[in-house]
Amino acid sequence: MFRNVIPQIPTSSRLDIRAAVARIRQAGTVRTQRLLAISSGGGHWIEMLRLQPAFEGFDVTYATVGESYRCQVDDAKFCTIPNANSSDKWALIVSAVHVLWLVLTLRPAVVVSTGAAPGYLAIFFGRWIGAKTIWVDSIANAEELSLSGRLAGRLADLWLTQWPHLSRLEGPVYRGSIL
Amino acid sequence: MIFVTVGTELPFDRLVKMVDDWGARNARSDVFAQIGAGAYLPKASGYARFLDSQAFAAHLESATVVVSHAGTGSILSALAKAKRLIIVPRRASLGEHRNEHQLATVQHLGTITGIKVAHDETELVAQLENPWDAVTKPIFSPYASISLIEAIREFTSPGKNNSSAAQTVAHNPSAP
Repeated sequence: MFRNVIPQIPTSSRLDIRAAVARIRQAGTVRTQRLLAISSGGGHWIEMLRLQPAFEGFDVTYATVGESYRCQVDDAKFCTIPNANSSDKWALIVSAVHVLWLVLTLRPAVVVSTGAAPGYLAIFFGRWIGAKTIWVDSIANAEELSLSGRLAGRLADLWLTQWPHLSRLEGPVYRGSIL
Repeated sequence: MIFVTVGTELPFDRLVKMVDDWGARNARSDVFAQIGAGAYLPKASGYARFLDSQAFAAHLESATVVVSHAGTGSILSALAKAKRLIIVPRRASLGEHRNEHQLATVQHLGTITGIKVAHDETELVAQLENPWDAVTKPIFSPYASISLIEAIREFTSPGKNNSSAAQTVAHNPSAP
């Protein structure tokens, strides 16, 4: 039913994508608002990298769970936070303390996460300081949302899924994917 | 080089053992496995538990085939380098993950050109022993779809308050 839902991009359309990114750069007003782009490692991080054109003009800080990812964002601000998942409550608490400190010291206007638990924590705390919060559910969740996705979605101002069949009136909404 | 990767989060001994056994049976000396926190140590393959991003990229570059768990990071990395890719889903029923989302991943992403899916040893061996043509270059752009990027840009524009911005990004299943 969902075969071929992800289009392969022909060369002409790749040129269109570059042109569109260039238009975004030219048209945007100068924004110096801070944006926190926070994710777990692995696929979550790679999905975040593919969203970089969306952050043009913001003062971006990337936060993820490993120092070795720093080189993938050139000279952008970067910090590490402890990883956590739902199966280790103590790791979750440690991660929460770090994420809370990051949010309170950075005071971002926007928090974006591609998951998982550290991203949920950032959205939770981001709301306390009035940040706009965005949750982009992983493309890996093709049949149902993850636990962190369901929890974060109810908090996030913009709750996105990458699969049209998971889109609902009450959220998440589908507006494209990272592919 | 046949590059096996189980990702950064969980072990995947079944996958590592299947490829290692195949390599041993066929006297292959060109198998390398990233095994994570796995308990099974390969006997016929080189291995490391974890690779930092540079080491991972280097192994990916040298690989002729990537055999990976069905994790988004590995799939996206292999697609970006136009590598032949075999994805093997972890099964919650075998205690390999918290849920069966990797099964869903292979169903929905497994039809992409250049990706083969193997659920068990028979299917995996069949893919390893019957190489298919690799795509000559990456079939996706380095970035997300324009509609997703613009949806985020629109939402984060200064002057848009949260409720009105969310309404402009409405439920729209027909969006590209």
